[in-house]
Amino acid sequence: MDPEDLRYTKEHEWVRVEGDTGTIGITFHAQKELGDIVYVDLPKPGTLLQQHKTIGSVESVKAVSDIYTPVSGEVVEVNGSLAESPEILNTDPYGSGWLVKIRLSEPGEAGKLLTAAEYHAFVGTESS
Amino acid sequence: MITKVRQHPTQNESLLFETSSPGKIGYQLPALDVPPVDPSEVLGAEYVREEIPDFPEVSEVDVIRHFTRLSTWNYAIDLGLYPLGSCTMKYNPRVNEAVARTEGLMWIHPYQPDALSQGAFAILAELERVLAEITGMDAVTLQPAAGAHGELTGILLVRALLEAQGNPRKRVIVPDSAHGTNPASVRMAGYEVVNVASNDRGMLDTEALARMVDDDVAAIMITNPNTLGVFEEHIIEVARILHSKGALVYMDGANLNALAGISRPGDYGVDLMHLNLHKTFSTPHGGGGPGSGPVAVKKPLEPFLPLPRLQHASSGWSWNYDRPHSIGRVRAFYGNFGVLVRALAYIMAHGGNGLRRATLDALLNANYLRKLLETDYEIAYSAPSMHECVFRHAATGAIAKRLIDYGFHPYTVSFPLIVHGAMMIEPTETESKQELDLFVDALISIAQEVKESPELVQTAPHSTRTNKVDEVAAARKPILKWTR
Amino acid sequence: MLDTIGLSTLEELYAHLPEDVRFHGALNIPSGKSEYEIIDYFRVRGHENANSHANFLGAGVYHHYRPVLVDTVVSRAEFLTSYTPYQAEISQGTLTAIFEFQTMICQLTGMDVANASMYDGSTAVPEAAMMAMRITGREGIAVARTVHPEYREVLGTYTRHQGVPVTEFEYDPESGQLDLESMEQVLNENTAAVIIQSPNFFGVIEDAKRIAEMAHAKGALLVLVFTEAVSLGLLEPPRDADIVAGELQSFAIAPSYGGPFAGIIACKEKYVRQLPGRLVGETKDASGNRAFCLTLATREQHIRREKATSNICTNQALIALMATVFMALYGKQGLRELAEQNLAKAHYLGERLWRRFKGPYFNEFVAATGVQSPDEINHRLLGFQIVGGLRLDRFYPELGNSVLLCCTEMASRADMDAVAEAFGA
Repeated sequence: MDPEDLRYTKEHEWVRVEGDTGTIGITFHAQKELGDIVYVDLPKPGTLLQQHKTIGSVESVKAVSDIYTPVSGEVVEVNGSLAESPEILNTDPYGSGWLVKIRLSEPGEAGKLLTAAEYHAFVGTESS
Repeated sequence: MITKVRQHPTQNESLLFETSSPGKIGYQLPALDVPPVDPSEVLGAEYVREEIPDFPEVSEVDVIRHFTRLSTWNYAIDLGLYPLGSCTMKYNPRVNEAVARTEGLMWIHPYQPDALSQGAFAILAELERVLAEITGMDAVTLQPAAGAHGELTGILLVRALLEAQGNPRKRVIVPDSAHGTNPASVRMAGYEVVNVASNDRGMLDTEALARMVDDDVAAIMITNPNTLGVFEEHIIEVARILHSKGALVYMDGANLNALAGISRPGDYGVDLMHLNLHKTFSTPHGGGGPGSGPVAVKKPLEPFLPLPRLQHASSGWSWNYDRPHSIGRVRAFYGNFGVLVRALAYIMAHGGNGLRRATLDALLNANYLRKLLETDYEIAYSAPSMHECVFRHAATGAIAKRLIDYGFHPYTVSFPLIVHGAMMIEPTETESKQELDLFVDALISIAQEVKESPELVQTAPHSTRTNKVDEVAAARKPILKWTR
Repeated sequence: MLDTIGLSTLEELYAHLPEDVRFHGALNIPSGKSEYEIIDYFRVRGHENANSHANFLGAGVYHHYRPVLVDTVVSRAEFLTSYTPYQAEISQGTLTAIFEFQTMICQLTGMDVANASMYDGSTAVPEAAMMAMRITGREGIAVARTVHPEYREVLGTYTRHQGVPVTEFEYDPESGQLDLESMEQVLNENTAAVIIQSPNFFGVIEDAKRIAEMAHAKGALLVLVFTEAVSLGLLEPPRDADIVAGELQSFAIAPSYGGPFAGIIACKEKYVRQLPGRLVGETKDASGNRAFCLTLATREQHIRREKATSNICTNQALIALMATVFMALYGKQGLRELAEQNLAKAHYLGERLWRRFKGPYFNEFVAATGVQSPDEINHRLLGFQIVGGLRLDRFYPELGNSVLLCCTEMASRADMDAVAEAFGA
């Protein structure tokens, strides 16, 4: 279920690295825990992000969850369609529900994050 | 079986804007007894507005029918048990409403000469006195407009005292069972929030607390009885731990209805607390306000209380603004006077003994419910209950909605946060055995339905004119006003 | 019931409390009184206050007529004795009324969004200031000295401990409007909000359009405060402001010695996520019928806890309902006529007295008392059962021998003539 080509964090974010660009999002597990997502608060393009720091939040009707970036860098693109249709975070968290694209400043970071298998094991222990 | 209610029709009603017709009016002003002026001439045309777009145009009959029809869509204490935990939904005596509308109280201006407000001063002074007596405190400010406003005032008082001692410190400890206003108020007063966990008895873990308290801790904010309805039995030890490091004990008085007349926080180490007059002292909630959140303090905090303070001299009562240590004003004027009048009327009607008796009845009702529900629902903590009890059930949200079909308002759902599936029930002293028994029957019947026909419970309520509301759609595409 | 629980006395219900926390005495509060005694006590207290006086005080609290229907509606038990409408299915009455309230506040102010009300105008001001700081990411506040002095004091109390610099700027002694140069001087790249009041504390109408341009040129937001809501029936709405923070006491809320009142914050659509307080939104129920519910609750303290937009937990629902009924009764035509009556009355008296300021005014103005002291004049007026104006040197030491007078629709010509006479006019 969690794609093999992504890297994950214990805060339930994922990153896909292509060249010097990282695309980040929240995991299937994260959106399921939150329920129907109604709003996404994201940083503006040009913002400099530091790994594991809060960059925004996702909201359901009765909960707010901070988003922590898995990697450091500069925001180059923000998923504009989330403003109109936050529900795509529920329906397609690994595809059209991506959050931001980042120009990586520390390309080594992603490799040290969890693999799909490791994340899967982590979610298993967390929920048991 | 549903015994308390059966369905009856309610009328549909459009919004005022949809029933408006041009030229319709619902008012009449006296004829102007001075020459009219041309607004554009005396003000300048640039300051004069066009007509107010889409503002209502309806008759007096339209207005009374509109709001009366809307009112029938509400549940209310006057219809029955309103068991919201920590909200203390007790009967609102109507004599309170009557006295608040006394001409000489309702129409007095806050800036009229003190000599023309002596009756108001007398009311405020007496209320300060009795609230200090009930809490065991030395001084009271009646100014805060609500509980959360009282919390902010209280934490600002803590800061002022510590600052005067040389160091305001950095952190305030808040138990994880606390109401969300506590941490928010702490932040607004410029402190960091540190959470302390409860132990397996639902009380503060004093050992964990002792390790947390150091010279950077300004205070603890403790709700007692806490939001589990459990009295913090180690409150004296908690106060000792805080005081030994020069920190203060702030008590959230949301649950004072469990203590009035039987226990006074000022007697055992609490330095300051706020009270919710709209809870313990029966002033109406009114669909969400107005409230009033007086703060009661011990002597050392008195110099810092908000401006102005009451003072008495041979010439009578007046306001004292000359208080250099005060935290300043927390609002304009002197407090929600109309609410304060109602609270004093309630206290007068009860007297000291009556307040104590009301507390005992509130404890009795809560423990009666607990006993009768314990076999069908799991109690969250085994510690003795005060004025409310907390059960847990995975389907708490659905059960709460199903209670509506049985003719009751739901209990508090999903709070406190530390109990998964919390069902927080506070009956108050208002309820008779008859009403409590109907409520117990309803909850037992629903417990059965959860097993036998879960779908029926999950999709509740079924009997209301408005059924399950789509809150997700409301939040995704907010529509916050009517437009043509 | 005790039997069911397995106890024999009520006292056993709290026997588990440690000995030292139990109160063994009797509260020093006289024994319970009958309904008649209570009514009599408050009747006597009422008689110790001013009674049936004509009143020329304004300054944030206004004597307007309260239509009878207002109390008829708010006395309905279903409005009076219900809680915050969390359970939408059985709270549609309150929710629908609040939605209408929000709509009417938007229509009056020209703003896009209005909340379900705040405690009062004075606490709405610091909440609006903090909102502007969150929006701009800046930390300084500039406030006109013509904003209600007590509102400014409240702003000071709220901001002092958060290290927020609040700078006041002057008014023009000729016009009574704020001094644009003085304002310009205090604005800088750290100013989150410029806070002004219109009509201001002196009753003078400010040039909000010009002030908004200047604030925006510095990247600051304009927060416009009003204390006299009736003025909105006649004056150009504050649509140049970014945030409007006001007091609705004038809308059928009794003076009641200063409370309870209802404040509001309204703003431009794009700032709604930073708006504190409750909001009601329209949606549908499962059958597809229109329904209302509390919404955008994630801004609030019960979810976001210490990261919330404010610690505010309630609105002033019942008081806001008074204002809602008032607005419905007066309506489009009535609010205009009411405002015009206020304007006419104030100008009837104002033009006979020596007014301190030349700026345009609505229903309040500052009058110089000349050789007499304000106390002498007010003392004489009390002899005619008239409460005179507010001595201004209490808040503005430079304005000695000046009073702030207010004439609403309730000021009679005869009483105004008596005031003019007492001034020697």
